Amino acid sequence: MKRILAAILTVCIAGLALGGCAGTPAEKTASAGTQSGAEVVSKAEGNKKLTVGFAQIGQESGWRDAETASIQFYAGQHVDTIDFKFADAQQKQENQIKAIKSFIEMGVDVIGLAPVVETGWDAVFTEAKDAGIPIVLLDRRAKVSDDLYATFIGSDFITEGQNAADELAKLLNNKGNVVELEGTVGASAANDRKKGFDDQLAAKYPDMKILASQTGDFTRAKGKEVMESFLKTYGNQINAVYAHNDDMMLGAIEAMKEAGMKPGKDIKTVSCDGVKGIFQAMVDGEANVTVECNPLLGPQFFETCQKLKDGETVEKWIKSDESVFRADTAAKDLPTRVY
Amino acid sequence: MEKIRKLSKYQGFWPVVVLLAILLINGIISGGAFFEIKIVDAHLYGRLIDILRNGSKLMLLATGMTFVLATGGTDISVGSVMAISGAIACSIVDGRILPGAGQNVQAAILLALLGGMLCGAWNGFLVSKIKIQPIVATMILMVAGRGIAQLITDGKIVTVNSDSYYFINGYILGLPFPLFIVLFVVALVLLFTKRTAFGLFLESTGCNPVASHFAGINVNSVKWMVYTFCGVTAAVAGLIESAGIKGADCNNAGLFMELDAILAVAIGGTSLSGGRFSVPASLAGALIIQSITTSVYAMGVAPEITAVVKAVIVICICLFQSAEFKDKMRKRFSGHKQERTAKPA
Repeated sequence: MKRILAAILTVCIAGLALGGCAGTPAEKTASAGTQSGAEVVSKAEGNKKLTVGFAQIGQESGWRDAETASIQFYAGQHVDTIDFKFADAQQKQENQIKAIKSFIEMGVDVIGLAPVVETGWDAVFTEAKDAGIPIVLLDRRAKVSDDLYATFIGSDFITEGQNAADELAKLLNNKGNVVELEGTVGASAANDRKKGFDDQLAAKYPDMKILASQTGDFTRAKGKEVMESFLKTYGNQINAVYAHNDDMMLGAIEAMKEAGMKPGKDIKTVSCDGVKGIFQAMVDGEANVTVECNPLLGPQFFETCQKLKDGETVEKWIKSDESVFRADTAAKDLPTRVY
Repeated sequence: MEKIRKLSKYQGFWPVVVLLAILLINGIISGGAFFEIKIVDAHLYGRLIDILRNGSKLMLLATGMTFVLATGGTDISVGSVMAISGAIACSIVDGRILPGAGQNVQAAILLALLGGMLCGAWNGFLVSKIKIQPIVATMILMVAGRGIAQLITDGKIVTVNSDSYYFINGYILGLPFPLFIVLFVVALVLLFTKRTAFGLFLESTGCNPVASHFAGINVNSVKWMVYTFCGVTAAVAGLIESAGIKGADCNNAGLFMELDAILAVAIGGTSLSGGRFSVPASLAGALIIQSITTSVYAMGVAPEITAVVKAVIVICICLFQSAEFKDKMRKRFSGHKQERTAKPA
C-alpha cells in the first residue's frame, strides 16, 4: 500500500512541476513587463511620458488573453513614450480596487480598468476623480454615475447583432428560416446580440423568419445539443443558423454534419467573435461568416489615454474597431488571427 | 396486478416507470414525431438516439457515483475530472504535450484514463486514509481540477483533428459508440457486484462502516477502490464529451455534471447516506435527466424559463418517488384502493 501511495504522490508532484513549467512563461512576461515599467518610471521622473495603470481581470479566456497581450504589446513597442503599469487582479474585485488605489498613489495620468463585476466601484472611482485621474473602462461597463469615469471602450453588441442579420440576409437573398443559438441567459452579450439581430430582421427583412431560439450557454457542447434538437424539429426547413458566439457554432456544425447536412451550404452560418476555430471552419467550407468582437484594444486604449492626458474631450463610448469576416477571405485571414 | 406489485419491489421499477412516462408524454405532445427514427449516413438518427448518446456521459458518471454514494460518501469532483481527461487526451492528440507519443490516439486515451484514475485515487486517499469528509475532500479536486486542466491546455480550447479520436463519439452498427461503452462498463460492474462478494462489502460499508470493519471487511480499501473507479468513469465521460465537440473546453466540460450525477443516483432510489444501491436504477435516473433536457428542447420552452421547468419536473419526480408522500396521498384519497391514484398531476 505504501508503495502505491508513494507512486501516486510522485506522479502528483511531477504533475505539479510540469504544470509549474507550463505556467511560468506567462508569469515571466508579466513580471518582466512590470519590472521594466518600474525602472522606466525612476528614470523618467518628471518627464512628459504618458503614465498609464491598467487593472486587468486576470486570465479568463483566450479572448481576454488576447486583449492583455495586445495592450502589453503596444506598451512594449512605445516604451519611450508610454510608462505602463499592469496589475493582474486574478478575478477579484478587491485586487482591482487595491490596484487602482496604488495607481492613484503613484500619480499616474490615466487608469484603465476592465471591471470584473459591475457594481461596487463608486468609492474608489470617486477617489480617482478627487485626485484628478480619469478612468477608462475597457470592454466591460461599471454601474456608476457618468461623471465618475471618462469613457468606455468596447464592443457594441447590438451593432454586432445587426451586422449578423445583414450578413445572413445577403447569404439567403433576404428570404428564409433562421434558428438562433443564444448565449447565457442574462449575459449582456447575449441580450444585445439577440436584440440587434431580431430587431434588424423585423425591421428590414420581412421574409426572414426566426423558427426557434434557445440558449446554448456560449459553449460548444450545448450548442451542439440544441442544434441536434432544432434539426429534429424543423429538419429541412432550416436555411440558416445564427449563433451568439463562434464556439456554439462550432458545436452546431458538428450536429449538422451528423444529421447528414452540409454546414455552410445546406445551412448557412453566421456567428460572432472571430476566434481561430471558426476561421478554420470557413476555410474548410463549413461556415460562412463571423462578425468580429475585437479584443485587440491596445492601440485604441493608449490613443484615448493620450487624448485624456492632453485634456482633449473624448466620447463617452468609444466603439472598438470591428469588422466582418467572410469565408472567401478566410484562408488569407487565418494566419493573422491571434485569438 | 400481482406481477406489477412484485416488480414494484425492485429499486429500478419506479425510475423506469417515470422514464417511460416522460417519453410517452413527449410522444403524445409531438404527435409521435418524438419516437421517429431514421437512418442517416448509415446510422440511426432520432431523438431517442440523442437521449441515449447524450445521456451516455451521465450514465457513466452515475455508475461510478452509485458506488461512491453506496459507501455513504460523495464525489463532487467528477465534472473537473472530465475536464482533465479531455484536456490530457486532446493535448496529446494535438501534439501540444508529450510530442514523444506522436499524437497517438491510443496513448492519449490510455493516459487520460490514467489521469482520471489518479484523480480518483487521490480522492480515495483523502477520504479513506486522511479521513477528510468526502464532500470536502472531493471539493479540493473540484476546484483545483479545472485549474489543472487549464494548465494542460494553456487556458485555450484545444481543437483536435483526428478521425480516430472522433470515433469515441461515433457510430458502430448504426448505434452510437458511447452506448457500447456504457453497456460494457455496466456489464463489468454488474458482474463484479453480483458475482463476487464486493457488492455485499459495499453495502455493508455504507450501512455501518464500524461493524463492517469488525466483521473483517477492509473498509478503507473498499472506499479507495470506489473513488478510483468513479475517477475512471469520469475520465471516460470526459473523453466522450471532448470527442463530441472535437476539442477540450476546460471551462465548460462537465460543468455541474457532478450535481446531475448525484441527482441521477438519487432519482434511482439509492440513499445518499449509503447502503443499498442499484446501478440499473441509477442508469434509469440518468436517462430521466437527459430526457428532461431533450424534451425541454423538443417542446421549445423559452430559454428564460428552461431551468424552472426542469426544476418543477424534478420536484414532481422526487415527490412521486417518496414513500412518505405516496402514503399521505393514499390516506387522503382513501376512497380509492389503487395506489396509482396517488400520482401527482
